[in-house]
Amino acid sequence: MEEIALVDTYQVRPGDFRTAGEAAASIKRKLKQLGINSAVLRRISVASYEAELNLIIHSFGGSLTMEMTPVELRLYSRDIGPGIADVDKAMEEGYSTASEEARDLGFGAGMGLPNMRRNADAFRIQSKVGKGTTIEMCFALQPAAEGSR
Amino acid sequence: MVDRRYHSVRLDKGRCKGCTVCLKRCPTDAIRVRGGRAHIIDERCIDCGECIRVCSYHAKYAQTDPLASINGFKYKIALPAPSLYGQFKKLISPSQVLEGLLKMGFDDVFEVAQGADIVTRAIRERMRSMDKERLPVISSACPAITRLIQVRFPELIPHIIDIRQPMELAAMVAKREFCQKHGAAPEEVGCFFITPCAAKVTAIRNPIGHENSSVDGAISMLEIYGLLASQMKSYTRGVSLSKATAYGVGWANNGGESQAVSPENSMAVDGIENVIRVLEEIENNKLQDLVFFEGSACTGGCVGGPLTFENSYVARGAIRVLMKGCDLTHPDDKVNASYLNKYSIRTDKPIHSNSALRLDEDVVEAMRKMEQMDEIVKSLPGYDCGSCGSPTCRTFAEDIVRGYCDRMDCIHILKDQLKIMAQRMVELAKTTRR
Repeated sequence: MEEIALVDTYQVRPGDFRTAGEAAASIKRKLKQLGINSAVLRRISVASYEAELNLIIHSFGGSLTMEMTPVELRLYSRDIGPGIADVDKAMEEGYSTASEEARDLGFGAGMGLPNMRRNADAFRIQSKVGKGTTIEMCFALQPAAEGSR
Repeated sequence: MVDRRYHSVRLDKGRCKGCTVCLKRCPTDAIRVRGGRAHIIDERCIDCGECIRVCSYHAKYAQTDPLASINGFKYKIALPAPSLYGQFKKLISPSQVLEGLLKMGFDDVFEVAQGADIVTRAIRERMRSMDKERLPVISSACPAITRLIQVRFPELIPHIIDIRQPMELAAMVAKREFCQKHGAAPEEVGCFFITPCAAKVTAIRNPIGHENSSVDGAISMLEIYGLLASQMKSYTRGVSLSKATAYGVGWANNGGESQAVSPENSMAVDGIENVIRVLEEIENNKLQDLVFFEGSACTGGCVGGPLTFENSYVARGAIRVLMKGCDLTHPDDKVNASYLNKYSIRTDKPIHSNSALRLDEDVVEAMRKMEQMDEIVKSLPGYDCGSCGSPTCRTFAEDIVRGYCDRMDCIHILKDQLKIMAQRMVELAKTTRR
């Protein structure tokens, strides 16, 4: 079988709440057209939405990339800063450094990263203050054999 | 009787001008204009009736059963949707409408509002034993929303409540009680829903969640409006025929069902575009505390159906006023528990997702088509003008990939090509003159 991979990158601007959710919605629309199993699709929807919102709320700007092969989907969130000082702390549920503005909009519940980790089959985060953060999430697309999940 | 491809929403080819109005409004991209006329893609149509509402030439219509079709049965029972009550200003009581229906030639009436009372109690009992994972429970009252979920939100299918619609319960109870009372055979009795919309007609011919409908036909409110109004003039204020509670009557308005079923932590949304936005939120797990979601395709709820006569806001108000005069007992205390056991109230067939939006059955092939689509989209102007006959540039690219049309169907690309050709002609003319 010939290797095929779909790659799609969306630029996300910091603080731009007008466009919030558009990248995640576009990814979701495409995956539906591709006929991805709906349970996996829902996990990808949640994770990509959280990742996009995190970029808007916390980053100096970044991008969301979807890389898909017939067997797995990878989501990359990359930004140019500010970076997370204590990644372990950031992964705790309820911990948030969201701005007053974001909190006023109902964000900043401190569930973004934990939700991403919970919904992805594999999750990796790397961050350096002053440099930026990269998150890699992996989702298996071939549904596990009947009953094994 | 069951026809899985049946749709109530139809096109009158003679009236269609081939404009792009319906094209742009269809929530499932189910319309294309080809050869100067609209075409409905059956697999995608959810019978919401948006196109019926927006067509200036009335080229879209809902196929319903003619009133005369009731004569196919020895005994005829009318099942008025609660929204029918909202069609008449200064209505004294639902009984006035029910009496009018009897005078029109029906042998009996059974209020769908009463069916809504039964369904209210059934949903509340069902929700007590519901898995947390299935929250929020999504109402199945609007069949267009159920079909929308099948096409665009398949992952939300498990959230749809597995209880039949009020009109189904009304038909089951009406038929059985009539047969018992009059010693009639079930096949001699025809139950006719007085419908505000096309989606309900489709739900009768091609039910979701159960094999056959208990309803025998659907008659458009618009068709009987005049006749019924004239029969209602001589209202006697005799015996009260209405047995429904205010809650059941309230199902006519968007919000009425949630008020009856789950006044706490529920959300009611009307207008199909608004419903889509909220379903997106539910899909993204953004509405964590939500327990019950009621979505109506039409503005205002069923009172805004494309087959209603009265303005939906006026009808909404009329329903509210009428509710004050109805029995205010909650269905939990009014509906006899025996109803819940005696009738098949639960749906018994799984709701399947509708894969009409999928590019290909095979994922690899679908990915290849998606890649081609993305490439084509880049070369399109992005005006989403609809002149090619597809609703947006993206759907146009999709149609090209699917082999339904050609790049040159884009008038902007065609114009550019013509410009280049014209320039070449000019240059050619210059060289030959020399």
